[in-house]
Amino acid sequence: MSQTMITGDIVSRFTQEQLDQNGYTVMNMGPQHPSTHGVLRLVLTLDGERVVDCVPDIGFLHTGIEKTAEVKTYNQALTLTDRMDYLAPLSNNLGYSLAVEKLLGVNIPERVSHIRVMLAELQRISSHMVWLGTSGLDAGAMSMFLYCFQDRERVLDLFENISGVRMMTSFIMPGGLMADLTEGFLDKVKEFLDYFEPHIEMYHGLLTGNSIWLNRTKKVGVLSAEQAKDYLCTGPVARASGVDWDIRRDFPYAAYADYDFKVPVLTEGDSFARYMVRMAELDESVKIVRQCLTKISPSGVYRTDDRKVVAPPKWEIARSMESLIHHFKLFTEGYAPTPGEVFQRVESPRGELAFHITSDGSNRPYRMHVRTPSFPHVQVMPVILQGHLLADVVVVLASVDFVLGDVDR
Amino acid sequence: MTLEALGFFVAVVIKAVLFSVALLTGFAYMTYGERRIVARMQWRVGPNKVGPWGLLQPAADGIKLLFKEQLQPKEAKTFLFVLAPMISLVVALSAYAVIPIDKDPVNIFGFNIEPWVANPSIAMLYLLGISSLGVYGIILGGWASNNKYALLGAIRSSAQLISYELALGTALVSPLLMVGSLSLRDVVAQQLDHSYLNGDGGWLILAQPVAFFLYWTAAVAEVNRAPFDLPEAEQELGAGYHTEYSGMKFAMFFMAEYVNMFTVSSVATTVFLGGPGGLPVDETQGLVYRLLAHGPHWFLLKVYFFMFVFIWLRATFPRFRFDQLMRIGWQFLLPLGLINLGVTAVGVAMQWKSYQFTIAVMSMLVTLVSLSLLNRKPQHH
Repeated sequence: MSQTMITGDIVSRFTQEQLDQNGYTVMNMGPQHPSTHGVLRLVLTLDGERVVDCVPDIGFLHTGIEKTAEVKTYNQALTLTDRMDYLAPLSNNLGYSLAVEKLLGVNIPERVSHIRVMLAELQRISSHMVWLGTSGLDAGAMSMFLYCFQDRERVLDLFENISGVRMMTSFIMPGGLMADLTEGFLDKVKEFLDYFEPHIEMYHGLLTGNSIWLNRTKKVGVLSAEQAKDYLCTGPVARASGVDWDIRRDFPYAAYADYDFKVPVLTEGDSFARYMVRMAELDESVKIVRQCLTKISPSGVYRTDDRKVVAPPKWEIARSMESLIHHFKLFTEGYAPTPGEVFQRVESPRGELAFHITSDGSNRPYRMHVRTPSFPHVQVMPVILQGHLLADVVVVLASVDFVLGDVDR
Repeated sequence: MTLEALGFFVAVVIKAVLFSVALLTGFAYMTYGERRIVARMQWRVGPNKVGPWGLLQPAADGIKLLFKEQLQPKEAKTFLFVLAPMISLVVALSAYAVIPIDKDPVNIFGFNIEPWVANPSIAMLYLLGISSLGVYGIILGGWASNNKYALLGAIRSSAQLISYELALGTALVSPLLMVGSLSLRDVVAQQLDHSYLNGDGGWLILAQPVAFFLYWTAAVAEVNRAPFDLPEAEQELGAGYHTEYSGMKFAMFFMAEYVNMFTVSSVATTVFLGGPGGLPVDETQGLVYRLLAHGPHWFLLKVYFFMFVFIWLRATFPRFRFDQLMRIGWQFLLPLGLINLGVTAVGVAMQWKSYQFTIAVMSMLVTLVSLSLLNRKPQHH
């Protein structure tokens, strides 16, 4: 199979001759298509409606975040990370902040770590709600989409409550949090959990027991454990294939070591297993957030007191010359970590998200590389789509749940 | 031409126009109703801005579609591209001609007004025949668009229509066998004039529950509605066969779909739910009771109930995959329909009463279900 290239455009792995001989059709799916979850382009070679080959074409959402980070101070680069995996900005913030903190060697108060865990898990719920809604929609269950998005709205309301921003919050920042929790925030979180928990049951009722849904997802898009490892799949995708790998448990960060949660693992590796793993993760996230509520005090320290990393509080600036200088230095040139490099991974809703930051001693990252979970998941598409029908393409796409912002960066 | 024939001709034309207008208005408000009802089922509000409660929304949509640019792909076959939506709409509207909305002609100002456009003795054959012509509109539209998505949608649609036409036909033959006539007026009369316990009358859904279930399943597939809406599976095919259509040409496909929904609902009402029949006829009651006991309003009520079921299904179910759809059609609906037909034929030969049909058909269903459960292979997961 040779790659046919016309003016740099990906066409199909088959030559025109091979296509004609076998009666294959080449169909272009995306980048503007209702079910490609962003701007993925798939070049499908079809035998009737059966997928013979699939070539993913990425890069339509390339924003150069890694390169841009090199000309931003560490604090400025934080806001870029929000825009990578735009369905889980807080997970990105957390990964980046942990990496920078490791580079700086600052200690984070325990309360902050617990709040970070809570926010990351709420973010997981909101991200999984988008996944569940869109995979329902892609299989034709339109109501699922609207139900799930309303639940997601509730999570975004919570984020708005603490940060003033619904999606790109940048709330978790190197050195701690942007601000303390708002008054009554923990009660609101509890209210949300009480509201949300019965909904998981409802979704199980709508989809898990629905024979049409079972027929659409079982034995569709099967990924074996070996393939999952070969393609570096992580997160729910790998766990649905029997790869027991969760950064939260295996390499605890923030305060995850203090929490009691299970890591759901299934072995089938099909779309249904991925669905069940994520549904079980929703239960676990709710459990973790409930534990957080018992550990977090309504108000208290929300950032480190290292004045070289985070700005002093306003009242102190008004009274102390030293604080004023700290504030000025921090917002004009930022902080300069000692030369060296760090690698920090976190479990984002999609899988293993890792930041590799190199410092040359200046106030800007010398190089920032992000290992995103979505990229390998796009790579795996041609493997698991082989031989499936066109209708399965969208279901498998949704079940793998990648975010194109996360792929292209 | 005699005066009588001329009068008949004029009456038919007027009725045809009235039916078409009613159907298209019904279509417009069905889109509004669907959007409102689905919205309620999905925890949202739906169109509520144009006019009171959004009631003018269909008019706004109509005006928008009328004034939209008529886009046409460069490589499209113009003649067929324009012809296809027309075929769809004309066929859909003509199918409605044989549906009786009331049992008997009404005498108004000395004119004997028949509550149907035509009453041929082969009404059911005409219905099945003309509704299968609808596939031409879809497949020509899909092909003439010169778009792969549209073509796939059109091919899916034609395969689906042809497969489910069979199941639909077999499901309808059983009740028609009991009535012994293909005329829909006879079907209605049989249900309303004879009793269920002592005769061969009563609403046929009682005597033929399996046939009703088969008919309804096949009918949902026949009009390409969820969960059988594969030809226009938005998530896979953009919009299926009408991907490239815009403006009024798109609206015509859309109208055809809804008119077809009305038609299959009306057939379900006429054949299985006693058409205009409502409360039992009782001449001792007052005038109001006698006027309201049965008539077109009951017919409409039942049709709208079925339309509601269409919306309900759409809000609830995911979509089947194409091979699964075919398997249901050929391996489940069609064999069950044939067995049901066999049982019914035996019953007709032995001159059973209606309730005996019910017993026979239900026991057949129970037998088949238990047999299939016994033969089920243990599943390994």
